[in-house]
Amino acid sequence: MVDLKMLAASLRLKVVEMAHNAKAAHVASALSCADVIATLYGAVLELDPDKPDWAMRDRFILSKGHAAAVLYAALSYKGYIAEIDLAGYGREGSLLEQHPCPKLPGVEAATGSLGHGLACGSGMALAARIKGLGYRTFVLLGDGECNEGSVWEAAMFAAANGLGNLCAFVDFNKWQATGRSREVLALDPLAEKFRSFGWIVHEIDGHDYGQILDAVKDISADAGRPTMVVAHTVKGKGVSFMEDDNNWHYRVPTVEEIAQVKTELGFQ
Amino acid sequence: MRNAFAKAVNELGDEYSHLVLLSGDIGNRMFDGFKERHPGRFYNCGIAEAGMAGIASGLASCGLRPITYTITPFNTMRCLEQIRLDICYGDLPVIIVGTGSGLSYADLGPTHHSMEDIAIMRVLPNMHVVCPADPMEVRLAMKSALELGRPTYIRLGKKGEPVVHDVEPAFEIGKGITVREGSQVAILSVGNMLPVAMQCAEQMHAKGISVRVVSLHTIKPLDASLLASLFAEYELVAVVEEHGLIGGAGSAILEWGCDRGVDLTKLVCFGGADRFLTACGNQHEARAAQGLAPEQITQKLCNRLGK
Repeated sequence: MVDLKMLAASLRLKVVEMAHNAKAAHVASALSCADVIATLYGAVLELDPDKPDWAMRDRFILSKGHAAAVLYAALSYKGYIAEIDLAGYGREGSLLEQHPCPKLPGVEAATGSLGHGLACGSGMALAARIKGLGYRTFVLLGDGECNEGSVWEAAMFAAANGLGNLCAFVDFNKWQATGRSREVLALDPLAEKFRSFGWIVHEIDGHDYGQILDAVKDISADAGRPTMVVAHTVKGKGVSFMEDDNNWHYRVPTVEEIAQVKTELGFQ
Repeated sequence: MRNAFAKAVNELGDEYSHLVLLSGDIGNRMFDGFKERHPGRFYNCGIAEAGMAGIASGLASCGLRPITYTITPFNTMRCLEQIRLDICYGDLPVIIVGTGSGLSYADLGPTHHSMEDIAIMRVLPNMHVVCPADPMEVRLAMKSALELGRPTYIRLGKKGEPVVHDVEPAFEIGKGITVREGSQVAILSVGNMLPVAMQCAEQMHAKGISVRVVSLHTIKPLDASLLASLFAEYELVAVVEEHGLIGGAGSAILEWGCDRGVDLTKLVCFGGADRFLTACGNQHEARAAQGLAPEQITQKLCNRLGK
């Protein structure tokens, strides 16, 4: 069994270092979903990094594409990309763009414009049914992303077609770019919204590996309905001075701050 | 064209076992035959075009061959970003079919007009833009798009358009089809304007002017070798399209001609004005209001020739 706490800490450190090197934003957005990503890549997704196009692989779409750094760190952990290539994040000649590029092995869809991933994932889940394949499709959304009407179009399609092999997460970190997500638009009650749309809904602590694993253990076509995991998270989770401080939606960490991050994550 | 499309996908569904048809809640009984013949391969995505385009991309990325189908402005503009990012960025084999294009639904008002779709679709990297001229070309275009296996927009008219071709022509995406031979004027007809172009040719023939008519069914990629020969050999090259003059086939040819350095004074473009066409009546009346009736085109071309 993979030590998910160690894996998540390692992903978090890479995110912070990549953001510093590339002078890139969205550190806190990547940190809030690091535990979900670590759990999925460490203990849930059936993948074969040597065969990125393996037809039976589970699909994962990071619909909140601005958290690309944590996806790249996870793809590096799995061996899709070399760890040294993380240094190219955001640089000329690197496919590790600040939003996921579909040309990169392991990236299933181009995301970054919000509201796209759930429909793409619904299509992948439907394809499994049409082709008689048993893979599962996972999509990770942001809470701010749920402002997009296309999320709800896909939610209705997935429910209408009983896509039990589809599981989505909302990384409910309570912030979007300029304010509290439940204040910008009427997001609450988010879990109840998806429940009323016909989804199986789990509301969990998105930093608790046991709860994350429990929420996804029954994902299969037999479930008859898609599953939504509303994962309550803290933006910037794991770094004391970033937690729940929305300035870190855009701020870039300094060398001194990286040193502190290393200490807090247990790497020094 | 609508019925030809339904018939074509029904037949092509046999050859392409991964063909999946997605509809935006239209075509009520039209696809009954497809549903019966290809169970599990038809999905009504509802009145949710953005969702439909995204779903199509997911299907395509998993090895299926989806076709999205609904009324043109909704299937191109409502979901433009999904087409751009979900389909074109990944160069996925999705066919986007718009029905009721141009002024087909003139009397339904500007909400249902599509005088901008060619312009919008052709700017997207990896996209192919195909405008079949008659029911026969619709079937050939569908078959060719499936063979191509890349993002393709197919622009249909409505139902009841006449078959123009006497025999089935050779059809290749990116290659115009000469429908009538002539030596002085070349008319490049886009999509459902082909019967109008043929009437123009007949009217000009009566005035002693020899006109070649080409079904320029593909706007992207353009048939560069055909265009080069036409600009070299003909006195005038006319483009006739049921689409706005901004950004359509005429614009595409202008861009090509500027780059190639051909004599663009030979080019005459016929298309719609830069305004919403309110109170424009039926398709026939709306075309006339835009200078797209055969007599109007013939007159303008004769004037340009000094005849």
